[in-house]
Amino acid sequence: MNAPHQPNSFRKGPDDRGHFGIYGGRYVAETLMPPLLALEAAYAEAKADPEFQKEMDGHLKNYVGRPSPLYLAERMTERFGGARIYFKREDLNHTGAHKVNNVLGQIMLARRMGKPRVIAETGAGMHGVATATLCAKFGIKCVVYMGSVDVARQQPNLMRMQALGAEIVPVQSGSKTLKDAMNEALRDWVTNVADTFYCIGTVAGPHPYPVMVRDFQCIIGNETREQILEAEGRLPDSLIACIGGGSNAMGLFHPFLDDRQIEIYGVEAAGHGLNSSKHAASVAGGRPAVLHGNRTYLLTNKDGQIKEAHSISAGLDYPGIGPEHAWLADIGRIKFLSATDKEALGAFQLCSQLEGIIPALEPAHALAKVAQLAPKKSRDHLMVVNLSGRGDKDLASVAEHLGGHL
Amino acid sequence: MTTRIDQRFAALKSEGRAALVTFTMAGDPDTKTSLEILKALPKAGADVIELGMPFTDPMADGPAIQAGGLRALNAGQTMIKTLAMIRAFRKDDDATPIVLMGYYNPIYIYGVAKFLVDAKAAGVDGLIVVDLPPEEDEELCLPALKAGLNFIRLATPTTDDNRLPAVLANTSGFVYYVSITGITGSAAPDAAKVHAAVTRIKRHTKLPVAVGFGVRTAKQARAIAEGAEAVVVGSALVGALKDSLDKKGKATGKTVKAVTSLVAELAKGVRGAKQTAAK
Repeated sequence: MNAPHQPNSFRKGPDDRGHFGIYGGRYVAETLMPPLLALEAAYAEAKADPEFQKEMDGHLKNYVGRPSPLYLAERMTERFGGARIYFKREDLNHTGAHKVNNVLGQIMLARRMGKPRVIAETGAGMHGVATATLCAKFGIKCVVYMGSVDVARQQPNLMRMQALGAEIVPVQSGSKTLKDAMNEALRDWVTNVADTFYCIGTVAGPHPYPVMVRDFQCIIGNETREQILEAEGRLPDSLIACIGGGSNAMGLFHPFLDDRQIEIYGVEAAGHGLNSSKHAASVAGGRPAVLHGNRTYLLTNKDGQIKEAHSISAGLDYPGIGPEHAWLADIGRIKFLSATDKEALGAFQLCSQLEGIIPALEPAHALAKVAQLAPKKSRDHLMVVNLSGRGDKDLASVAEHLGGHL
Repeated sequence: MTTRIDQRFAALKSEGRAALVTFTMAGDPDTKTSLEILKALPKAGADVIELGMPFTDPMADGPAIQAGGLRALNAGQTMIKTLAMIRAFRKDDDATPIVLMGYYNPIYIYGVAKFLVDAKAAGVDGLIVVDLPPEEDEELCLPALKAGLNFIRLATPTTDDNRLPAVLANTSGFVYYVSITGITGSAAPDAAKVHAAVTRIKRHTKLPVAVGFGVRTAKQARAIAEGAEAVVVGSALVGALKDSLDKKGKATGKTVKAVTSLVAELAKGVRGAKQTAAK
């Protein structure tokens, strides 16, 4: 096989029509094209407006609580006996995950565009909670679509959204998870396009969402760069994050993509195993296909029907991945790994008990691979893992999987 | 190049009436029944046939057509079977235009080049692919035109005058005006508003304009037909089919008839309209 063409920079994408190589694009119904073009224009304008950035920086500091710490996980480092392991503590953000970084930007944009109503899809509920939170703060009506399977397994987040005043619509169609929630949100947007802003939670969907969400999440990697330079006087040797749609991973990775010496690992959810039909690893087990407004790696059968994903983690239970990840996978800049439900549960327990940090099941997938990679690295190897969210929401389902008690 | 679609609209224009365009889902509730329905549609009064390609994630469809697609998929419908249905239909009918309607992924995974060859050979005349706006014309629209198929684009209430030329640029056969902002089978369109919109579109194109989304009754079809060259009815037909099924969702002796009698009723409505737009 020929070595894939390596660009001069990995950070120049997308092109003006939203393509990352063959991925991305705008595969949507005509009704949604005008609002997407309006969103693209509004985002470009906001991005160039110093007042917008200044206001966002203020909220990030005083409302979200940024910068989030870069924490040296000493006992985990000691346990694995290799790489020095740092956690980027996105779990400490207001609302408990990285999702809020993106939502803040989008809700400020919704306000700027004069949209009185915001809709969102959610899987684990963290994006829904973040959207409900910012809508409450800015006085905007919020409707969250959530698959009924996820409603059942993420009760704490359901109650949080309700407390925040959001309307929750349980989605009964298809696999009743994140994919179907996104279908319903798109149907709502097509219907209520005049007054509604669609706040997408990950680096996927039609252009400009993948690039816009990435930009808002890049604060994770930008802070990490400063913090590791301060702590260690040099850049990290490797980065690792879990990938469902891939916004936490892209936020950490993107600012480092052109530091070519840095190894970058994305961890997909292998569910019951890649050889089972129950997983959510779209790069490892999927192929380029078109869904939800973009071309990307998707779990699809030979007749072009989308397969149902499976993961213990509701946030990773999606049959696709962001288009920029698909491109970076093809050209080899990100190395894709996967962790099973069982491995993630093990990492969940280990992290909780070694570090006193209960991780969400999503980053527990990344931690599961840290457990395999770190021991093979030398003691001066600096490894940063994105601890993208906290695990309170998962306690009930973890207990159930572990036979009734934690 | 004239296609069956061009010929049919030209013939109807000389008759001075609008077309009834029917939508049914290929393979709903099973391939055999679906083919029987397909074959019965022209006689019942369908002038142009839209045949849905089922997809697991139909983002622009309401509950009725979502359910129809799932029934078809659960009964084992595939693209190969859908194209075979059209080949079978063409044995007896070489005049009624058939437009395949659906989403891009099943075509993309089938392979665009192979799909175009196979669809053309089967007797398909046009394509409506909901999630391919003009921004993605290179994917399928341009190759389809080159292969001699019509590519029918949707124009919507959000498509303003600035955008219409781009939407119409590579459109052929007819223009499908989506009468509401919404999913299929939802709110009923307001005929007066629809006529104003059709007039607006006709300032930009000589193509026939078909109006759909939310048309359910003969009365509505007639009102819409007074100001457009064609009326599309889908969800109501898929809903009538569903109501004829047994408790397990299987076809009954009433299934074909349930669809064709509604088509006949709608055709009467459309044919009763005093046409103004096509003149």
